Amino acid sequence: MNRYARQTQLKDFGPEGQQKLNQGKVLVVGLGGLGLPALQYLNAMGVGTLGLLDQDLVELHNLQRQVLYTEQDLGRLKLEVVYEKLSAQNSQTHFNLHDTFLTKDNALDIIKDYDVVVDATDNFPTRYLINDACVLLKKPFVYGALHSFEGHVSVFNYQGGPTYRCLYPNMPSTEEVPNCNENGVLGVIPGIIGTFQALEAIKVLTGIGEVLSGKLLLFDGLSQQSTKIGFKLNPKNLQIKKLQDYYEPLDCEVVPTIAAEDFQLLLESKANITLIDVRTEEEFTERKLKEAINIPLDSLELASTHITSVDKVYVICQSGKRSEVAVKQFQKQYPNKQFFNILGGMNKIASVCP
Amino acid sequence: MTILLFGITKDIVGAPTLSVPTASVTGKKIPKTVKELKAFLGNTYPELNKLSSLAVAVNNSYAEDDQVINSYDEIALIPPVSGG
Repeated sequence: MNRYARQTQLKDFGPEGQQKLNQGKVLVVGLGGLGLPALQYLNAMGVGTLGLLDQDLVELHNLQRQVLYTEQDLGRLKLEVVYEKLSAQNSQTHFNLHDTFLTKDNALDIIKDYDVVVDATDNFPTRYLINDACVLLKKPFVYGALHSFEGHVSVFNYQGGPTYRCLYPNMPSTEEVPNCNENGVLGVIPGIIGTFQALEAIKVLTGIGEVLSGKLLLFDGLSQQSTKIGFKLNPKNLQIKKLQDYYEPLDCEVVPTIAAEDFQLLLESKANITLIDVRTEEEFTERKLKEAINIPLDSLELASTHITSVDKVYVICQSGKRSEVAVKQFQKQYPNKQFFNILGGMNKIASVCP
Repeated sequence: MTILLFGITKDIVGAPTLSVPTASVTGKKIPKTVKELKAFLGNTYPELNKLSSLAVAVNNSYAEDDQVINSYDEIALIPPVSGG
């Protein structure tokens, strides 16, 4: 008995469909709530090559929605756990393990070997990076994203069709739209959306049905309502010539921090410090620390003279978010210097020192 | 005019839908295009102005800012969502 008989007996799928799956290569970026259900089905159904990409460890708060992981897996590398379980599920699949996060330096090299990318990430910078890399390489990618009780699905850049930037031209800042960590998600929703992503990837590989290209599927779990929104290609979004110089680093990257209280003590000790305040000029004029140099976030290049002469730089803003972004940028630009984000920013300084 | 809300706009408004008056008894300007609607909503909910990308759909199709809207149109605000 052929293990795929239940699907090859489908008139519109058949042995031809199975053969296409067997030859198919799918990269799943992110081994979390969306990536796991997508992978389990792609693997079960017989996709020949699966790329697994993640560098996170299994954590307790993952288990509520990332149902492949068990309590025994806590603290282990997701990549290893997934490889182990999926190999047991289907020994015929070829797995490529990418022990990394997707970055502007590795994205093109990794994605080029695949037919389809499943975007199962949890942050905007990687989503925009996947979009741009897929546009450059002319690869379709299956998008899935969540918010609370709601999920969004689409297939972008499919056969010259619309891209992610046709819907959302500008990347939101970390302040304006919260991620799952801050906002929360009902455990079953990624299961539904990730499974939809597997379905779309299968359709792209085999050509069955109607690929969700130029349409955004909005699923609301609370009302059990699905809405499809049509959108068109803006041709300028296909004219990307190279990746952007800078995609905001992943939210999960940790930047060195110092608590506002500790920083306050440091100031009182009269230590010789360099403090950069990345708020706007207006905010800075309104209230500032006397040691601070004002270099607004949109003109960080002006900071070079202050940075090159010292080893340690402290960065502050109003709440600690913009300064975190700034620290990440500085780290890339000045890998030999130490940067510290002041947690809570001026808000915290106010409460520590009224 | 009823507006369906998705993602963070649902949280900003605090409800899944929003009703916008289509005949003004107060003398306030009634939005006639997508752009005017965004401005109208942004006045009531300033948090909406902070979204750097906010897709608006009219009758289940993505709409540009200059698209004209009518009281019987079905409108949706669809910001990007990031969770996974």
